[in-house]
Amino acid sequence: MAEPFIRLRGVRKVYGEHLAISDATFDVMPGELVSLVGPSGCGKSTLLKVLAGLHSHDGGEVHIGSATHPFDPARDVGMVFQAPLLLKWRRVLQNVLLPAEILGLPSKESNDRARHLLQLVGLAGNEDKYPYELSGGMQQRAAIARALVHDPKLVLMDEPFGALDALTREKMNLELLRIWREAGKTIIFVTHGISEAVFLGTRVVVLTAGPARMADNFEVELPRPRTLDIKTHERFGEYTRRIYRLLGME
Amino acid sequence: MNSKLGRWTLAVLAHVALVLAWYLFVELGSVPKFVMPSPGATLDALLQPNYSWWTNIAVTGTEIFGGYLLALAIGVALALVFTWSKPLEAFFMPLLVSLNMIPKVALGPLIIVWFKYGILPNSVMAFSIAVFPILLTTARGLREIEPELLDLVRSLKGSRWQLFTKIQLPGALPYILSGMKVGAILAVAGAIVGEFLGSDKGLGYLMLQVQVTLDTPAMFMAVLLITLIGMVLYGIVLALERWLVPKDARVG
Repeated sequence: MAEPFIRLRGVRKVYGEHLAISDATFDVMPGELVSLVGPSGCGKSTLLKVLAGLHSHDGGEVHIGSATHPFDPARDVGMVFQAPLLLKWRRVLQNVLLPAEILGLPSKESNDRARHLLQLVGLAGNEDKYPYELSGGMQQRAAIARALVHDPKLVLMDEPFGALDALTREKMNLELLRIWREAGKTIIFVTHGISEAVFLGTRVVVLTAGPARMADNFEVELPRPRTLDIKTHERFGEYTRRIYRLLGME
Repeated sequence: MNSKLGRWTLAVLAHVALVLAWYLFVELGSVPKFVMPSPGATLDALLQPNYSWWTNIAVTGTEIFGGYLLALAIGVALALVFTWSKPLEAFFMPLLVSLNMIPKVALGPLIIVWFKYGILPNSVMAFSIAVFPILLTTARGLREIEPELLDLVRSLKGSRWQLFTKIQLPGALPYILSGMKVGAILAVAGAIVGEFLGSDKGLGYLMLQVQVTLDTPAMFMAVLLITLIGMVLYGIVLALERWLVPKDARVG
């Protein structure tokens, strides 16, 4: 059996009196797309920050990387946030190149890679535009390209489509699956959209708030590559109901 | 393009109209020269060598630009330090806001006691009055930068210098430049007030000298030249803004 890429064992995080995460225990295999789903305040963004190395944890074990998939915390993390957070003063291509610049990667290769990634996310031809010239969905595509430019092994996404309108969001979900297939990255996808979590994830981890705890962790056995059709699949309904129940909405 | 040309034409016309009105007012109203000189008489003053215009321009210009550049460097540096340390910011920021309330002109006599006569105290005066708007707007601009953007750089273990040059400085630039515009106008006022209070060179000093003899043409010329120095400084800041800040990101 293959070794997991990420191993979390009883991870705890406390802010003063407030318990943000308790007992998060799950594995992520290399190349998986894991959905972290839960209501606001369930600690899903905090967990993402722990994985990004931005926050320390107060208990438990966080282990990223394996013999076959070594992990360098300084350069193997790509991040996408709810807002695209593109730098207004840089053109799209230069925005995508930011992580490569920070890591001091050779500029010729990075440039080629950034152009290739812009093509991958469907933004070819927009390299020299400024962010304000792009729509919200296009800006988020550029942000995804930026998260991939330094070829990280792990991509952390914090509600990346939360600010988009419903139709654009559906479209971006399909796009993300395509990009994930082609780029072959391990992705942790934080969302409060239950059907989005099931639709995207190879695995879904459910976190609940008050008290913060991990409520479930299951594999999503739905056909791949996924199309919008699977939303009418019987099992899709079962999975979403299972999450609704855990979150006390049924 | 056409409308841009039209605006320029109007701007030039407005200035010419003011000079014309000034001329007509003096000529038709037979206003005595010591009350208000004509544009011609004012221009004549520029040709008199005994006013040492160039030396005085150089002195006043040095005071303004020197004090201004110092205000820019210290204002931006302090604001940056505050983003590194929350306790430092919490301690010093309220103090700086209070210090900002001091009418800097009232410090003039003290500055002269501390720094004696000449270019230095007048630069200090220009500095003390220009530094606050630059510091406060820069601090505001640095605060406006999304914390996730800083997270992004930190997740790549980027250095503080990279954070500053790639995110913070360009991100705060629209605010810095907006503070610089306010500071530019204040620096000119500061230097001139300094010269009024105690000085032996400069355009402000010259104005006091010629005031005694009711030499209004020279006083008019001095005001014009001071304004021109201010316009050069302001123009440089505007050009910088045009060059560095995309149009949709400009503040104020």
